[in-house]
Amino acid sequence: MKLSFTIALLLFANAALATDVEASIVIREHHFEPAELAVPAGKKIKLRIENKDATPEEFESHELNREKVIPGNSSTTIYVGPLEAGRYTFFGEFNAKTAQGVLIAQ
Amino acid sequence: MFGAALIVFRETLEAALIIGIIAAATHQVPGRTRWLLGGLLAGLFGAGLVAAATGAIADMASGMGQELFNAAILLVAVLMLAWHNIWMAAHGKELSAAARNTGRDISSGARECSVLFVIIALAVLREGSETALFLYGIAAADGQGGQSTLTGGLLGLAAGALVGWTLYAGLLRIPLHWFFAATSLLVLLLAAGMASQAARLLIQADLLPSLAQPLWDSSALLPPDSAAGILLHGLAGYDARPSGMQIIFYLITFTSITAGMQLTGHGRSKQQGI
Repeated sequence: MKLSFTIALLLFANAALATDVEASIVIREHHFEPAELAVPAGKKIKLRIENKDATPEEFESHELNREKVIPGNSSTTIYVGPLEAGRYTFFGEFNAKTAQGVLIAQ
Repeated sequence: MFGAALIVFRETLEAALIIGIIAAATHQVPGRTRWLLGGLLAGLFGAGLVAAATGAIADMASGMGQELFNAAILLVAVLMLAWHNIWMAAHGKELSAAARNTGRDISSGARECSVLFVIIALAVLREGSETALFLYGIAAADGQGGQSTLTGGLLGLAAGALVGWTLYAGLLRIPLHWFFAATSLLVLLLAAGMASQAARLLIQADLLPSLAQPLWDSSALLPPDSAAGILLHGLAGYDARPSGMQIIFYLITFTSITAGMQLTGHGRSKQQGI
């Protein structure tokens, strides 16, 4: 009884700790703004991406293991992490020459 | 032009590998060519529709429509591939007998044909819609280099198709007594890889927990954007940084289909005294 109470408390504490962190990026003229974004390590991140271009873009990151098409003039959400501290590059596959960015978990 | 060729090549490659494997695995099923081409056309048509509806799909399910849609397509494809492999385990020997005796028809061959139609159509739809979106973006962007990008796109498409064709032709050269084992294994790996990709999308949409992200990192050993990494991704769902949940999906799919094949294939071999 006491044990299950402790477990329940731990789970609750864990859920409270795991609150999502929000971050956002804008795509404009095939560039990410900001191109470098700092996020806390060890937490799940709700990444909001707004595409202000008229053309679609594909957000892709091998390091984050994520891939998603964002239609022109629209915004979307991608969940990433929890991440270990470090640099995670991402790019826009449809315009990889200019659309480059990095997520810095710290 | 080269950039566009590469992007279209990568999108085409996955569908081409699936078509190559399925075309080889079913080459003894009567009337399968018609169904293959039908699946290809239906997939292209569907890809156009999906590309046109991307905005609407993306807005569904509070912005997670794209993940849900693609995960659903992948999971239906996994079920179809599983059905195909289990059917083949049961009827493969009948088929090779029928190949020698062309007059004989296989009773459930028609159902197998509709399954392969769906597999091909879904593969083309999934990869084709992204290609269509990319090319639309190019066409919409003003002038400069639009023509050469489209040329590049066509080159990429041709290169992807060529790889699929090479795989198909190569598989057909495998001696008959290894043939079923080889094609079944490839279909099995395709299905497991797709299940893992579906899990990744559901995690991305925050509908499934990741259970360790990543479980391992083999990107230094075999980079996901290297030629071998891309090919293995298309063939067997290789992921350099998979989450724990992806591996669970992969293993469950792999073992369930293997068990299904063992059950049906084994019973039949015994009946026929082979």
